[in-house]
Amino acid sequence: MLDKIKDFASDFFVTGDPLIYGADVSIGLTIIAVVFALTYFKKWTWLWRDWLTTVDHKKIGIMYVIASLLMLFRGGVDALLMRTQLAIPDSEFLSPEHYNQIFTTHGVIMILFMAMPLMFGLFNLVVPLQLGARDVAFPFLNSLSFWLFFFGAMLFNVSFVIGGSPDAGWLSYPPLSGISHSPGVGQDFYIWGIQISGIGSLMTGINFIVTILKMRAPGMKLMKMPMFSWSVLSSCLTIILAFPILTVTLALLFIDRYLGAHFFTLDGGGNPMMYINLIWMWGHPEVYIVVLPAFGIFSEIAATFAKKKLFGYKSMVFALMSISLLSFFTWAHHFFTMGSGANVNAFFAVTTMIIAIPTGVKVFNWLFTMYRGRLSFPTPMLWMIGFIPCFVVGGMTGVLLSVAPADFQFHNSYFLIAHFHQVLIGGVAFGYFAGLYYWWPKVFGFKLNEKIGKWAFWTWNIGFYVCFMPQYFLGLMGMTRRVSSYGWDKGWYELNLTSTIGGFLMGIGFLFQVWQILHSIKFMEKDTTGDPWDGRTLEWTIPSPAPLYNFATLPQVTEKDDFWEEKQRIAQGHAPKPRPQLEPIHMPKNSGIPFVMSAFWFVAGFGFVFDWLWMAIPGLIGVAVCMLVHSFRYKTDYYISVDEIKRTEAAARRVV
Amino acid sequence: MAQSGNHIIAKPSQEHDHGHGKEGHHDLESLRMMGFWIFLITDCILFGTLFATYVVLNGNTAGGPTPAELFEMPGVIAETFILLTSSFTSGLAVLSMNRGDRKGLIRWLLVTVLLGASFIALEVTEFMTLVHEGASISTSAQWSAFYVLVGTHGLHVTIGLVWMIAIMIQLKQHGINSVTRRKVNIISLYWHFLDVIWIFVFTIVYMMGVM
Repeated sequence: MLDKIKDFASDFFVTGDPLIYGADVSIGLTIIAVVFALTYFKKWTWLWRDWLTTVDHKKIGIMYVIASLLMLFRGGVDALLMRTQLAIPDSEFLSPEHYNQIFTTHGVIMILFMAMPLMFGLFNLVVPLQLGARDVAFPFLNSLSFWLFFFGAMLFNVSFVIGGSPDAGWLSYPPLSGISHSPGVGQDFYIWGIQISGIGSLMTGINFIVTILKMRAPGMKLMKMPMFSWSVLSSCLTIILAFPILTVTLALLFIDRYLGAHFFTLDGGGNPMMYINLIWMWGHPEVYIVVLPAFGIFSEIAATFAKKKLFGYKSMVFALMSISLLSFFTWAHHFFTMGSGANVNAFFAVTTMIIAIPTGVKVFNWLFTMYRGRLSFPTPMLWMIGFIPCFVVGGMTGVLLSVAPADFQFHNSYFLIAHFHQVLIGGVAFGYFAGLYYWWPKVFGFKLNEKIGKWAFWTWNIGFYVCFMPQYFLGLMGMTRRVSSYGWDKGWYELNLTSTIGGFLMGIGFLFQVWQILHSIKFMEKDTTGDPWDGRTLEWTIPSPAPLYNFATLPQVTEKDDFWEEKQRIAQGHAPKPRPQLEPIHMPKNSGIPFVMSAFWFVAGFGFVFDWLWMAIPGLIGVAVCMLVHSFRYKTDYYISVDEIKRTEAAARRVV
Repeated sequence: MAQSGNHIIAKPSQEHDHGHGKEGHHDLESLRMMGFWIFLITDCILFGTLFATYVVLNGNTAGGPTPAELFEMPGVIAETFILLTSSFTSGLAVLSMNRGDRKGLIRWLLVTVLLGASFIALEVTEFMTLVHEGASISTSAQWSAFYVLVGTHGLHVTIGLVWMIAIMIQLKQHGINSVTRRKVNIISLYWHFLDVIWIFVFTIVYMMGVM
């Protein structure tokens, strides 16, 4: 009996690596500390009532941001481990197997569990406020989306200490990810972690499309909508068209692995190339999904800190929409070298190059917005300015990669690595940081410390160029991606060491940001105006942090940048717009079902990972029961009385 | 001051209240209807991907049995007629609802559920026969694609059945109101959608398979 348990445990828990023992200890200690703190301060009910069951989009947004920053930390540590390994030739810091696991998890975590949730966090924090809405279209679904993401991410992360991490690359190409080449459980963690959180992403897409199309404040025509909301709409349209493809692709891979089907196997008539086409039909739109909202953020920031209307509003809308459409016609540029033939390659090369046009339009729009503006440079604006040269260079190297014949040279080399990190860090990470700095005072009621923020900005930026510029040259010198070690004779040593130093500089930048947040929580003054940046859009009309119901009375919109225009009118001596009378506000009730249902998904996913049907089937039944229970709930809302609205508004020093 | 005269403000609940005033329930239900339409778009993409996979892998039998050898059309045609009829009866259910006839509504939903269940029964029988004749999901890419495409449709129908039964119970409890009305409209939309998908399955998988 004891031997059996020992056998099982040595299979179940990942052993043999000091890094993993360290992780075991830190996970254990963290759990104990959290449980102890919650019990000691009697915070369990607070946690459940205020957070786990909340359907308030602002709180859900905060939870997304926290989770994604934790994932940024983990993905970042993965990156630094890799850079440490590559700093010196013939290094034995990481074994090749471990290295494979680390680059796989780094990619998955950064794209799916960092960029996506940070994006959804910003959607939740900003979009309803910007539209003048009291909520998203489907608050219950919104909560469910978050918890599915959260439990999916946890399932993926647990593979580090239980069962073993996936190691077939962030997109898991078969046959490498098939049962023949990856018999362990790592790939199944990959499949179920992404699948569960992917369902959440899909629902968020639906939720925000309906929110944007149907919940705008009276008078806000689509062409008067703030640019960030436009970018969210374009991103969500891409989500609903792309994510079902991912769902199917992962399901087919799982069926191959679990039921012995032959979709992507080498035998039985399977076609591994089918997988690569399918995954990129999702994967390429995915990079636009995460970058489009960043474009929206930059548009808001450029206009706010130049104190000018966004230049070329209509062309910006057109650019966003055409990118979300074109993103579906470029997938094959990820495998020019796999023998699709000259005509196919030419088609996808041209469609890829075409995307540079709307992107270029946008960059010029931002530059013209800033031209002759009354510019100021607080941290959000710094990230915006830092983004422009970074993204322009990244875009140009992208066009180089899109030249099919030249791609035969660049393919799978560090040139490619440098390119996509440049657009994803320079575009997405810088963009979301800019957005976080910009909207932080609206969400939490205080600005982040500017001085530490500038340190963070400069270390990140310098670190970025030091890290990735050498990689273009390494790529041209023949260093391929995914190599875990190289010899002294290659001549790659100096550039790799430089790159590693840059990586650690970015790590220091991240630490500055953590310090900045902690410092600001303690020392920053409360923002009493609700409008610390002299903003232009509706979210700045309400107190910070926004009350539960957002707007005491729904704003009446007459123009683009309505709040800004209103401020100008008042400055010219006109009376402010009259406000309608207060009425009771209809609100959704909290629900524990999203949390419980997602936990059942986790149980089901974990069961499937280990082929334990005794666990998977009850998990799925739990999911179904949760759905039915929700279907039978009819009293899901309540009203906030006029008196309470008056009290809340008065407390926010805005007596109505 | 003349400018501000342009901003005559109506009471929000009379103009675009978007579902948050006192009369907001109706708007809320129409939002959900729209959300469901968008969900159907995503489901279209899901089936589109499965159809594409089927078409690409069609013929990859790896020396095993081919669809032309094993498909038995009488059963499939029966399935098709049953499903088409159930779509019709779900339409009749909605008509009863619009007349305010709760009994008729529940009765037609019941007929729809029975027809849907017999469709599933026939499909399961077909799958069992095919497996018996040596074509299982692991036989070849051809049959993997077949089972997953047709099975996904079958799974959708099964979920629809459970869902419809839940709605019938809710109709008993609450009668016809704005919430149950929306639920019946949505399940009916879903059911018609599955019918359309089945027509593609019938054409692309079965008809082209035996031709």
